[in-house]
Amino acid sequence: MSKLLTVSPSPHVHSSESTQKIMLRVVYAMIPAMIWGIYMFGLDAVRVGLISVLSCLAIEFLIQKYVMKVKPSLTDGSALITGVLLAFNVPVSLPWWIIIIGAIAAMGVGKLSFGGLGSNVFNPALVGRVFLLISFPVQMTSWPVTRMMDVDAVSAATPLAIIKEGIKNGIPVSQLQGLPNLSDMAIGFNHGSMGEISALLLVLGGLYMLWKKVITWQTPVSILLTVLVVSGIFWMINPEMYVNPVYHIFTGGLMLGAIFMATDMVTSPMTGKGQLIYGFGIGLITISIRMFGAYPEGISFAILIMNAFVPLINMYVKPKRFGGQ
Amino acid sequence: MLKTFKIGGVHPPENKLSKDKKIEVLPLPKTVFIPVAQHIGAPATPVVKKGDEVKVGQVIAQSSSFVSTNIHSSVSGKVTKVDFSADSSGYPKQGIFITVEGDEWVEGIDRSEDLVKEISVDGPEIVKKIQEAGIVGLGGATFPTHVKLVPPKGMKAEVLLINGVECEPYLTSDHRLMLEKADEIMVGIQLLMKAMGVDKAVIGIENNKPDAIKLLNEKCADYNGVSVQALKVQYPQGGEKQLINAVTGKEVPSGALPIAVGAVVSNVGTAFAVYEAIQKNKPLFERVVTVTGKGVEKPSNFMVRVGTATSELIEAAGGLPENTGKIISGGPMMGRAIASLDVPVTKGTSGLLLMQEEESKREEIQACIRCSRCTSVCPMGLEPYLLMTLGEKQIFERAENERIMDCIECGSCSYTCPSSRPLLDYIRFGKGKVGAMIRSRKK
Repeated sequence: MSKLLTVSPSPHVHSSESTQKIMLRVVYAMIPAMIWGIYMFGLDAVRVGLISVLSCLAIEFLIQKYVMKVKPSLTDGSALITGVLLAFNVPVSLPWWIIIIGAIAAMGVGKLSFGGLGSNVFNPALVGRVFLLISFPVQMTSWPVTRMMDVDAVSAATPLAIIKEGIKNGIPVSQLQGLPNLSDMAIGFNHGSMGEISALLLVLGGLYMLWKKVITWQTPVSILLTVLVVSGIFWMINPEMYVNPVYHIFTGGLMLGAIFMATDMVTSPMTGKGQLIYGFGIGLITISIRMFGAYPEGISFAILIMNAFVPLINMYVKPKRFGGQ
Repeated sequence: MLKTFKIGGVHPPENKLSKDKKIEVLPLPKTVFIPVAQHIGAPATPVVKKGDEVKVGQVIAQSSSFVSTNIHSSVSGKVTKVDFSADSSGYPKQGIFITVEGDEWVEGIDRSEDLVKEISVDGPEIVKKIQEAGIVGLGGATFPTHVKLVPPKGMKAEVLLINGVECEPYLTSDHRLMLEKADEIMVGIQLLMKAMGVDKAVIGIENNKPDAIKLLNEKCADYNGVSVQALKVQYPQGGEKQLINAVTGKEVPSGALPIAVGAVVSNVGTAFAVYEAIQKNKPLFERVVTVTGKGVEKPSNFMVRVGTATSELIEAAGGLPENTGKIISGGPMMGRAIASLDVPVTKGTSGLLLMQEEESKREEIQACIRCSRCTSVCPMGLEPYLLMTLGEKQIFERAENERIMDCIECGSCSYTCPSSRPLLDYIRFGKGKVGAMIRSRKK
């Protein structure tokens, strides 16, 4: 025979799955919430999104090419996700240079300093967000008006900020001013970051990812259930001091965090059981910060803290082995 | 109700191109190379030498220990040499070269097609004859069948499971055999049951072979104690432990044999070979081989004499396609890529798969994104990503604790990895090292 045959070990076939396809499915899942953000906040949302995505891509490219001296991996789609998620997590009024600093923190510190995709311990977009929240507290908590509001208004408080003020000043829940009703919040007539305001559209994206097997149910369900149960207990004890648990579910970044950030494959546990523990931890820390902490919202901190526990969870929570012990 | 195994599994495209092709008898080759090691265990010892005249069915290499088996000549003619040549492993193996002259069979073999249903031998006699006839597991593992039929002290077989799963994509040899030799297989099952002293046998067949399920179900009415269990299509259901789990719900403990849960598993091809050995006095020297692939002109199922070169089978299926990149002995998930067309068909060859150039290349390896797909598809409940890292970093004690030796090398992890990581390659490497570690500890 004239030519040589390929000889390699089995298996000789491969599924059609690729990293890029998985990442793109996450991006598709974010599109409904993205469109809603643009609808509510107008062109400012487009501006923040573009700056965030472009700077994340550029930073990954520059660091990989000139610092790490490896082949840039822009096409895998992971920098794109970080860019969109970072934009989802900030007020659309944020100045361009702060967004770029956020992107540097996310990509440079959160991802590439660990070695790039797959090696990072913490969710890169959240590293960026928390870095900005601590460094630029004023800009990061000034929420722009949405199209639903009085044109005279220049900024608005998020529901969680109103609730936190109430707790600090001892105002009963029933007398809090400016809280949107539950259905408005669920649909997304709400204030906050660009990507977090519509719980329903985030759930829609989550269902798409579940269907496409990009995420598993364990992480989001355990986070939401924990928040529901813990806040429910406090609400039953004192409904004048603590808001309705369902309100907690639909407000703030909880849905965005539970569905899109905590489920990040790289930084979440490998087994379903591990994901339940991880989700429980995130839910508990989130609701503790919301009710007793200094910040109105705690999901970002909760996810980052539990990210640090993932290697430990993976070490001790093993899949069910065939054939027992 | 469809059953399947409980942990992991994948469903690769089935591509059973040759499922409607009747088994054809391949014309006799001009020469054969019959390796003396076609089974797990000690190689047989050649008992012929250059210049000897041999007949079809004559013993040409003798079993050398209990876990070993006889090798018979598949042709009649003259032994030209006893020498080394590569088998499907790629390594040179000892074997017997014979130039074919005519087709003269040893006396006593019943060459008729008549079904012999009456069983006139007792259990120990059956085991003895199986051993003499050189029968091994024809599903691909090639473990000598007589060894399985005699349980170790203190253990008792309760049920015989017959593997008609054929979960490997492309392969159809077992499927065709079930359709064309159903009665013979049923008698073979009765013989195996008698040899083991059990009164229950279950044939496991995947749901993508409804014709075989229907036919064998009908046959069950005539044979006591045999039933068919339809199974959901799921790879690697043909794995011994997975099949036992699917049919009985039991899990063979880590490191133990199927007999630990009272089960013995045999392939449908093996049951057919047992029928021929006992009812027809015919030793194992031919088998059904699927020749297939997307570029193959005539995907086929051939009845092939052991020792026939790969090239002869490819020729009979329409010749070697121009853009062939890889030839696999066996299926695409667990088969071996062969380096030469001279590699002979042996007792364990279930198929030849010709892959086209573009299917033959592996994709570029990317970083692990910890998606945990490998963990969720592993039928043994292992963590392939972790075992790969432990293999790569040569941390073998930890790999042993993470049960690397439980890996059945089904390849589901590598198949499913979106980053195209060579998980199984590194796990095999680790298994080799850990296996050596365990053996040196026992000394």
